[in-house]
Amino acid sequence: MRHTINLLVENHLGCLSRISGLFSARGYTIDSISVGSAEEEGMSRMTIVTHGDDKIIEQITKQLNKVVDVVKVTDLTETSFVNRELALIKVTAPPSGRSEIMQIADVFRGNIVDISPRTLTIEATGNEDKINAIISMLRPFGLKEVARTGRIAIKREFKGEA
Amino acid sequence: MSTGLEAKSKQAEAAAKQSSEPLSGAEIFIRALLDEGVDTIFGYPGGVVLSIYDKLYQIPELRHLLVRHEQGGTHMADGYARATGKPGVILATSGPGATNTVTGIATAYMDSIPLVVFTGQVPTSLMGNDAFQEADTMGITRPITKHSFLVKEVAELADTIHKAFHVATTGCPGPVVVDLPKDMLLSKVPYKKAKGLDMRGYKPSNRGNPRQIQKAVELIRQAKKPVIYSGGGTVLGDASIELTAFAHRLDAPVTTTLLGLGAFPETDPLSLGMLGMHGTWYANTAVSDCDLLIAVGARFDDRVTGRLKDFSVHSQKIHIDIDPSCIGKNVEVDVPIVGHVKEVLNQLLQAIDESCDTKDWLAEIDQWKKDHPLRYQKSDTELKPQEVIQVISEVTKGEAIVATDVGQHQMWTAQYYRFTHPRSHLSSGGLGTMGYGMPAAIGAKVACPDRLVVCITGDGGFQMTAIELATAVYYKIPVKIVIINNGYLGMVRQWQELFFDRRYSHVELESSNPDVVKYAESFGAVAYRATNHEELDDAMQKMLEENELPVLVDVCVSKEENCYPMVPAGAALNEMIEEGD
Repeated sequence: MRHTINLLVENHLGCLSRISGLFSARGYTIDSISVGSAEEEGMSRMTIVTHGDDKIIEQITKQLNKVVDVVKVTDLTETSFVNRELALIKVTAPPSGRSEIMQIADVFRGNIVDISPRTLTIEATGNEDKINAIISMLRPFGLKEVARTGRIAIKREFKGEA
Repeated sequence: MSTGLEAKSKQAEAAAKQSSEPLSGAEIFIRALLDEGVDTIFGYPGGVVLSIYDKLYQIPELRHLLVRHEQGGTHMADGYARATGKPGVILATSGPGATNTVTGIATAYMDSIPLVVFTGQVPTSLMGNDAFQEADTMGITRPITKHSFLVKEVAELADTIHKAFHVATTGCPGPVVVDLPKDMLLSKVPYKKAKGLDMRGYKPSNRGNPRQIQKAVELIRQAKKPVIYSGGGTVLGDASIELTAFAHRLDAPVTTTLLGLGAFPETDPLSLGMLGMHGTWYANTAVSDCDLLIAVGARFDDRVTGRLKDFSVHSQKIHIDIDPSCIGKNVEVDVPIVGHVKEVLNQLLQAIDESCDTKDWLAEIDQWKKDHPLRYQKSDTELKPQEVIQVISEVTKGEAIVATDVGQHQMWTAQYYRFTHPRSHLSSGGLGTMGYGMPAAIGAKVACPDRLVVCITGDGGFQMTAIELATAVYYKIPVKIVIINNGYLGMVRQWQELFFDRRYSHVELESSNPDVVKYAESFGAVAYRATNHEELDDAMQKMLEENELPVLVDVCVSKEENCYPMVPAGAALNEMIEEGD
């Protein structure tokens, strides 16, 4: 089963390699990892998407907790959480094909962020399924380049109906 | 955060008030070590740490022992730590100095031994340039350290050293690397003794959860056939007295792992000796048949459990460990208790006031002890290795600190030496590092000059770090080294005999072994050889009489002796091969 794990870490040298290293040393896989500054100075928040059976996930969270620079480990999977991914998609777009591509971008509430005589670059945000969907819709036009952030996630505060 | 800033400004104020003459990083290094209570470091100089060596020359309060190879130095620091519980400290230069410590660090990591390893690093301006003697020490040691630090700013040096000692010695202990670039060691700042710790991500918990304690008590009350399975954590946690009290309170038998030897006196009728691949028949059978297994500071290692799915299938399991990631990793447990073994055992002792009804169970075990004792075929002509260990145990009255290498002699030592004190058995359990024994014995003797320290090693393992005899002779460290010399890599040969149709591939050493007696004498050590019972008694006598220099005794034993009982790899714990099977 896939799990989304949120980490609060201290920005110390080697912290990222310690975390990625504990996955590779044990043969666990990281589906995506994204890191950025957290709300507090000197701290970062990481979102790691990984998969494995309950035993593997339990080991992963325990091992992450053991890393000295890790302040908090939260497995969001069992809770209600918001998750987003950002993608930049560069598509082959001769002037004759532009409008169709722009329509697709519209449907997915994407923005055109760059244009050239032969290409369009679309910015899209959403959950993973939505990003996968827009990419597959754009694939027939010719994907020049795709860059994805991987999932970032945060726990929902409202405890009522999701 | 405002509080963080306030704290910082307060620190700055305090520093300003305290500001004395600026000191170099090298001098701060030594002051900080002295402030941590360090009395001895093991080390080897080199280009980037010359500034530290210059200060060592000027500040004699910190004792430095020059080793002959950084691996040996790291094992010495490890032996020092295991024998005392204090962190072992090693200093090495950059590049090859640092990489030579790797085996020693990994050895300590696998067995949770507190070490602080200081390595020099090329100047920060050259880092990443493939400079002379540059290696990415942080990167190379990351998977084998509990934590590591690179100190780029001299102002952070004292605090970082304080943190390194704190992390190495608290919680589940382990090695910590501190990498020291040359330019940082040369720059100056006023020294201020480290105070307090600001480590948000590191807060080990010691006390067991009361609800789990209650659950454990309920299981213990119902148990008819309990077994306590105690590991290295009991030794590291200095919980030997509590363990002994706990076993007697319950009237429950105790088996220990290799690293747990000595935490429970083997002279006690409740002792089952060691369990596992070469454990006693009765320990392995008791663990397989018990209805309650209480693991105390042990981690269900594959050498202990045998085939996992058949491991102790009739029992409910309580697991006490300070490291939550050890719990439920290999074996599902019914009651996990995360905490310091000493505290948790005290909590349990407070909650339990009567013993279990174990009379029948103990009678059954006593019968097994009679029917399946540790045994070997004695010989009038040859020296049997097991017998040699028994002789060492007798002449040292079981009171020595015994360091071993890895292999048959290690298992025979675990089986036949009667350990009665914690911190008296030093052995590389997890990593299985050949070459560990003699340097570890040297480190232990440095730490405990009043204890008798014996290294029991093999002809293979001895040669891996034999050069440290020079260190022992130079500093007049009177360790005793007994080589169980069978001219083979004996344990590998045993496996080849049993599982590879006696195809003895690359295990014969005898024809190319040096004359170890002459070898030791060439260093200025005292050395004897024993080939029969008379010579052995004589050599043991002389060995114990020598109080100044290291003594080596080369004991020529029967060549193809096997170590039994043995649980073959992949077999269940109660599927043992015994002597004569």
